[in-house]
Amino acid sequence: MISLHDLTKIFPGGVRALDGIDLTVADGEFFALLGPSGCGKTTLLRTIAGLETPTSGKISINDTDVTALPPGNRDLAMVFQDYAIFPHMDVTTNIAYPLRIKKVPRAQRTAKAAEVAARLSLTELLHRRPAELSGGQQQRVALARAIACHPAAFLFDEPLSNLDARLRLEARTFLKRLQRELAVTTVFVTHDQAEALALADRIAVMSHGRMVQVGTPTEIFHRPATTFVASFIGSTPMNLLPARLAGAALHVAGATLPAPAGLTPADHLTYGVRPEYMDLSLTERPDAFPGVISVLENLGTHTLVTLETPGTLIQLVVPEGDEPPIGTPAWAVPRRALIYRDQTLHTP
Amino acid sequence: MIRHTLGRLTATVFLALVLAFFTLPMLWLASAPFDDTPRITTSVPEFTLNNFAAILDNPYALGSIRNSLIQGGGAAVLVVVLAALAAYALSRVRVPGRDVLLYLLLLLSSVVTGTAAMVPVFELATRLDLIDTHLGVILVVSGGLLPAAIFILKDFMDETPTTYEESARVFGATPLQIMRHIVVPLVRPGLATIAVWALASVWGGFLFQFILLRDPEKAPGSVILYTLYTEGGAPRLDLISTFSLLYSLPVVAMYLFVSQRYGFRFHGGIKA
Repeated sequence: MISLHDLTKIFPGGVRALDGIDLTVADGEFFALLGPSGCGKTTLLRTIAGLETPTSGKISINDTDVTALPPGNRDLAMVFQDYAIFPHMDVTTNIAYPLRIKKVPRAQRTAKAAEVAARLSLTELLHRRPAELSGGQQQRVALARAIACHPAAFLFDEPLSNLDARLRLEARTFLKRLQRELAVTTVFVTHDQAEALALADRIAVMSHGRMVQVGTPTEIFHRPATTFVASFIGSTPMNLLPARLAGAALHVAGATLPAPAGLTPADHLTYGVRPEYMDLSLTERPDAFPGVISVLENLGTHTLVTLETPGTLIQLVVPEGDEPPIGTPAWAVPRRALIYRDQTLHTP
Repeated sequence: MIRHTLGRLTATVFLALVLAFFTLPMLWLASAPFDDTPRITTSVPEFTLNNFAAILDNPYALGSIRNSLIQGGGAAVLVVVLAALAAYALSRVRVPGRDVLLYLLLLLSSVVTGTAAMVPVFELATRLDLIDTHLGVILVVSGGLLPAAIFILKDFMDETPTTYEESARVFGATPLQIMRHIVVPLVRPGLATIAVWALASVWGGFLFQFILLRDPEKAPGSVILYTLYTEGGAPRLDLISTFSLLYSLPVVAMYLFVSQRYGFRFHGGIKA
């Protein structure tokens, strides 16, 4: 279990990279820190590892306060974005390196390295140098080295970002299965929302050194707490349309929709609807956004349709083959929508 | 057409002259030691090995090569160890005014090893009882080489990604272990370069060795070369050429060894 209490990191020069982070990662949990670059997620991971010293706050691992401990005494293993496997050592020596530091006898650590390597299908490569390995193999060596030292928790810094797209999907499944089998608490950093949704048991979405929302992938996807999370999560961005409340009716992009119960007027009302949660209608509907089809983007099994409505653009996804030609008047019918009041989710 | 041929001809002749200018001394070094009566010009030798026998009879010749090895090797080791530690610290720790310090040191080093500092250095060595000791020579010449060595090695250290070290730190390696297991192997080509450069500098160095060592038993080859004259003051070309050849062999061997063993290679392992 990793718990962070009121963790703050201010860099010399005054940049507040972490701003009062409170978080508990449960035993065996696969936890993602997700956010755009510069949001503080890597700083948070490095602070947990001990590579950065927090300005204030407390870090404990399995109920031991490690805030003042050097990285080596925290019982963690970290996999870096560039893998950082030592170029002058072969695969065996690399994997066995943590054991060498722990003064494990040579024969024992070579055996352990071979055992871990077998698990990650690296047996054939044990005598190679890093330069003779592909990106995916290097990544597995870095993982093997982390596994070999039997840590209390794994820290992964963008573990998949250096792999090409196809390999990344393979590595994602592999990583998830491996984490499930080892059942070791894992915190990983990513800027890829799809990766976070696919891998993590829970996700923390970060922005400007704060945690905006913490929850399961389903919670984060279905009920983003703020418009920032809403726009960040999802492979096609959510439509966030300015709305105006008039009595019991909500005026959004040329449509008049019933307002949810309990909604009071505010400076900024936003109507959010994912492209996947809308249907396209070619006949006029009262509860739909009227517009003209202006762009069609082929996504393979689906097509992303851009509808030009009065004053704004709305995107929606239709199954392949169902897309009408460009220029057709059409109506977008929302099935599941969220209302944001001053950028935060209004829960009716 | 003629102009073109003439141009080519002139260029070729010019290049041949330049080449001759640089190769003739080398050729002299290769031929004169085997010549019965060597002169200052290069000529086909009357083959003999007597010159080698004569130089081996010189009481100081072989000992001076040993002295050169002690002084050059000592300085090389000292410079590499101290420069590596200093360069690593300067590369990894943010010290205010670090760059100014480095440039200042580099500037001063050329003054310190120069003739200008000769008197104070001699005075210092006398008071510290370092006259006529190998240690005295090693310390003084190392002092002159260190700033440039730190400067060059810091560049090597700067180019080594810090994630290697951070990775080792998370596994619990101590700073000294990180230095031994990770940093030194990674910058080994740089260390080898500095070692070769330091040894070669001391090997050819004359002034400080000449001043700091009174006893010919301790003098390095470069100083002994200066004694190979007749009583009348005429250079003994047979001995000078033979000794020069012998004296240059260890350095050539070292160059070959180091370039073969530590040639500039990088093994990868960081995915860019």
